[in-house]
Amino acid sequence: MQEITRNALVEKASALLADGTVGRVLAWKRGEFDYDVTPAVFQTAEELARDLVWNDFCGANFSKYLIKETEKSDEKVLVFLKPCDTYSFNQLLTEHRFNREKVYVIGVPCAGMLDVEKVKKSAEGIASITEDSDKIVIETLFDGALTLDRASLLAERCINCKSKKHTAYDELLGEDGEVLDSARFDEVAAIEAMTPDERFAFWQNELSRCIRCNACRNVCPACTCEKCVFDNPASGLENKAASDSFEEKMFHIIRAFHVVGRCTDCGECSRVCPQQIPLHLLNRKFIKDIDNFYGEYQAGAEVGSRAPIVDYTTEDLEPNEAVERGDDNA
Amino acid sequence: MRKISLANLDALFAAIAAEETLYLPQDTEKGAVYAEWCEGATLSNALNTVRSPKDFFFPQTENLMDFKVEGKSIEIIDTRKECEDFVIFGVRACDVRSFEVLDRVFLSEPVDTYYKNRRDHGVIISMACTRPAETCFCQTFGIDAAAPEGDIVCHKTEDTLYLDAKTEKGETLLARLSALTEECDTSAVEAQQALIRERMAKLPLANLSASDFGADKTMEFFNRPEWKELSQSCLGCGTCTFVCPTCQCYDIKDFDTGHGIKRFRCWDSCMYSEFTRMAHGNNRLTQVERFRQRFMHKLVYYPTNNDGLFSCVGCGRCLAKCPINMNIVKVMKTLGGKDNG
Ligand code: SF4
Ligand code: SF4
Ligand code: SF4
Ligand code: SF4
Repeated sequence: MQEITRNALVEKASALLADGTVGRVLAWKRGEFDYDVTPAVFQTAEELARDLVWNDFCGANFSKYLIKETEKSDEKVLVFLKPCDTYSFNQLLTEHRFNREKVYVIGVPCAGMLDVEKVKKSAEGIASITEDSDKIVIETLFDGALTLDRASLLAERCINCKSKKHTAYDELLGEDGEVLDSARFDEVAAIEAMTPDERFAFWQNELSRCIRCNACRNVCPACTCEKCVFDNPASGLENKAASDSFEEKMFHIIRAFHVVGRCTDCGECSRVCPQQIPLHLLNRKFIKDIDNFYGEYQAGAEVGSRAPIVDYTTEDLEPNEAVERGDDNA
Repeated sequence: MRKISLANLDALFAAIAAEETLYLPQDTEKGAVYAEWCEGATLSNALNTVRSPKDFFFPQTENLMDFKVEGKSIEIIDTRKECEDFVIFGVRACDVRSFEVLDRVFLSEPVDTYYKNRRDHGVIISMACTRPAETCFCQTFGIDAAAPEGDIVCHKTEDTLYLDAKTEKGETLLARLSALTEECDTSAVEAQQALIRERMAKLPLANLSASDFGADKTMEFFNRPEWKELSQSCLGCGTCTFVCPTCQCYDIKDFDTGHGIKRFRCWDSCMYSEFTRMAHGNNRLTQVERFRQRFMHKLVYYPTNNDGLFSCVGCGRCLAKCPINMNIVKVMKTLGGKDNG
C-alpha cells in the first residue's frame, strides 16, 4: 500500500493549477479495471478529482513524456515522479532533452509497484483489486476473493529497488528515502556463471519471443533519438522483416550498447514487454561491468555527470585488462 | 455430436498428429503459446494465447520470392513451400472469427495465394470459453463464446471433451477419429452453454456496444476532437497491432544479397512512423493520425468495405498488453455516444 493517498496528489495538483504555478499535470489516470492505469495530461481540478489514481499500478515513468509535453506551451507542467523516475529525469536533463524551468516536480514516495502479469498469473477473471496494508485482495469473476501477499506480486524492479531517494524534486510529499543496497546484480552474476552455450541458450529462448513491437525502445527514457536507426530507411538497418533469427538479437544488442552509461535501470523496458523478456538484464550487465571496471557509477544520480564510458581519465582501465577481467567474470 | 473422456485426450491428439501436424495451446513460464503437439505435451487451460493464431495463416515474416540477377537477365525464383495439412486445436470463438476477417482481405480478388495455401490446409478445432476474462468483449461484435465457429467445435467439461463437426473438413477429420470417440446427445453441451452465457452477461464489458460505429460512419468520427486526448500518451509501439488477431497490414521489403534480391513480406503497424510512407512522404504526420487509423480501420473502414463486419473480435489482447493501457474499449466508450455512456 502506498503511503501517500490519492487525495493528497489531487489536492496538491489542484492547488498548483489554481494558483497558476502550472498549467497542466502529468499523472496516472484510472481505467476500466483496477490494474489498468494510463499516463495522462490533466488540465482541470475536476478531471483530477474524477480520474487521477495513485495506487500499486502506477508503474509508468513520466520523465520521457516531458520532452513532448514541455514543448506544447509556455506554461509549466506538473509531474509526479517516483524515486526511480527521478533518475531518468536527471539523465534527460544531462542530455539537454527538455527545459527544467518548464517543469514542476513533485516527488512521491513509493512502496513498490505490482507486476500485472504476476497478478494475472495468480488470479483469473479479475473483478476488482483492493489493497489492505501488506495484503492484496482480488475479487475474481468466478472463484470468489483471493488474499495474496503484496510482496509476492511486486515487480522485479521493485523487489530489487536501487533507491527510495528522489534525486530531483521541487517539492516532496512525505519523507524521502535512502539509496538502497539492492540485489539487482545477482541475476546478472548467475548468467555470467553460465557456460557460453548455456548463456546463448538462455538469450535465444528469451529473445526468440521478441515480436519487434518496439515497446521497449519507445518507452525507454534513454532512447530519445529523433529518428531511430531501426526506423530510418536511409540507415540500411531499418527492418521490419526479421529475415533470420539473428535480427532480434542484433536489435537488442545495438539498443543495449546505445544506452550504456545512460540507462538508469528504471525497468520500463521489462515492464512493457508483451513477451515478458527480461531486457533489464542486458542493461544491468553493462552497469555491473562499468561499476567493476571504472568504479561505481549511477546514471541520473545527478545532473551533468559524465558516464565513465565517455569520460577519459588516466586511471582508466587498459583495454587488455578489461578483456582479462571480463573473462574472469564471464 | 461425439465425445471422448479427458483421460483419453492424449490418444486423441496422437491420432490427429499421426496424419497432420497438430498445434495446441501449451503453457510456458511466460504465458500460453501455440506449439506443435508431441508425446507428453499438455493442453493449456489458459483462455488465450499471447500471440494470436493468425501466425498460422499470416506469419510475421515470409520470404515471398527471390530474384537472381545474371548480367542483364533476372530469374524469378518461387520460394514458396506447398503447405502440409495441419490442425489447430483449442481456438477461441474470437480468434475463429478473426480468420473470417483475414479471409475477406486475403481471399478477395486478387487472391493472396500464399495465404490461401495455408488456409486450405488448416483445420480449425475451436473451444468454447467456460472462464472468460474481464478483458473479453466478443459479444459486443455478436460472437458467441458458447458456440464458436470452426471446422470442429469443442466443449470441455470436468471429465469429457465434446466434439461437433461443422464443415466438410471437420467431418472428415472427426470420421477418422471415430474409433476413439462415441456418439452422444447434446444435453451436457447445452448445459455448459447456458452457464457460459450466464457468465458472459456478467462480464465487466458485457454492455459495451458497437452500435454507434460501423459502415459509412467515416465523417462522423474522423474529425472528432477526442482523438487527440485518446492518443496523447500512445508510445507508437506496435504492441496492439502485433498481438491483434485481425491486424492485417504488411510491408514488402527487398534485400539486396549482392547477386540478387530476397523479397520478404512482414507485418507492419499503422502506429509506426514509416507506415504507408510514399514518395511524397507520409500522410499521417503525428501519432494522433496513426492512432486514429487503427481504430477507424477496426470500427469504420473495414465494416464499410465488408458488409458491416467489424474487424475487432473483442479478444482483449490489446487491453492486456498495451504498455500504457490505452485500447479500443476506451476509444469506443469515449466516442461511442449514447450506448456507452
Ligand atoms: S518490448 Fe519485448 S517484444 Fe517488443 S520489441 Fe521489445 S523485447 Fe521485443
Ligand atoms: S495504443 Fe498502446 S500498444 Fe498501441 S501503439 Fe499506442 S502504446 Fe503501443
Ligand atoms: S483490437 Fe484488440 S480486442 Fe480487438 S481483435 Fe484486436 S487485439 Fe483483440
Ligand atoms: S473474447 Fe470471447 S471468445 Fe475470446 S476468449 Fe474471451 S470469451 Fe472467449
